[in-house]
Amino acid sequence: MAFINLKDRVIQAKIVYYGPGRCGKTTNLEYIYSRCREQINSEMVTVKTQGDRTLFFDFFPFDIGKIAGYDVKIQLYTVPGQVKYNSTRRLVLKGVDGVVFVADSEAERRNKNVASLMNLQENLALYNKNIFEMPLVIQYNKRDLAKQGIEVLDVETLDRDLNGVLKAPSFEASAVEGDNVVVTLKKIISLTMASLEKELENGDW
Amino acid sequence: MSLILGSQHLDRIQDTLQKNLIGSGVQNTMLIDMAGNIIVTVDNGQVTRDMYSLAALAAANFGAMCSMARIVGEEEFSLLFHKGQKESIYFSRVNEEFLLVNIFDNEVTLGFLRLKMAQVIQELSRVLD
Repeated sequence: MAFINLKDRVIQAKIVYYGPGRCGKTTNLEYIYSRCREQINSEMVTVKTQGDRTLFFDFFPFDIGKIAGYDVKIQLYTVPGQVKYNSTRRLVLKGVDGVVFVADSEAERRNKNVASLMNLQENLALYNKNIFEMPLVIQYNKRDLAKQGIEVLDVETLDRDLNGVLKAPSFEASAVEGDNVVVTLKKIISLTMASLEKELENGDW
Repeated sequence: MSLILGSQHLDRIQDTLQKNLIGSGVQNTMLIDMAGNIIVTVDNGQVTRDMYSLAALAAANFGAMCSMARIVGEEEFSLLFHKGQKESIYFSRVNEEFLLVNIFDNEVTLGFLRLKMAQVIQELSRVLD
């Protein structure tokens, strides 16, 4: 649920990076955090386990400047990808305005991507949100693995598995190398802002 | 669906928090929604804190406590309080969507704060409902 402060002319919206465990959600945020420091007036919050896996979420607020006279602040979150942390994923999704689904290109992880996407759909439904209507970008991460001789799924297969029906904008990426990380972010911000604008025009508030 | 608040509502919320809580010795008070957005934040002018991170963690913490409450058969834990050596944090649910977070030092007692909170929540509910 975005919050629009008419007095100070500030918009806060929430974007969540979702996907299976070890797909690179945290790496996406770490890259953004390291490259866009001027737009982030905050430390990156991470709630991790001892084994350095995300336990609750990673978070920082990202200032994207003025849109139509409003200061827009995007709250970026990741969820924990491990299957056992579903109740935590649900908590983080509360009030979400846009989602980046980070898929793992490694061939071995094919089924985990599909399961995670279905889990996203179920969890959004708990908040009466429809995955088909939600601003959504799909990122095919870890494309760099091919260079190390690790088998990766081709984009057609990933598209068929994950985006055959959704038809969401999608990008090949390597969060470790920073390829298309910012492009993914820009796309989800633009979709989220367009969705908010539409909501305001329709008077859905 | 977005939440939109104008000057009139935001000023009333700010006045209520300033008068009842900051005026009673609370360092920071912050009205947030359950998604972690800051609705209004007020402080005593003597502390600088990263309120956006605090809001994200507070909403998550409160959500986790509610989930734990349901597991043990409770509707909710009405009091959520973290005591530190110098600073403490007190959370209160205003209604289904909003949470009030207060940071205070040893000069303010929990009992006094709870009394104040009952009054503040009543006033905030009138504005937000």
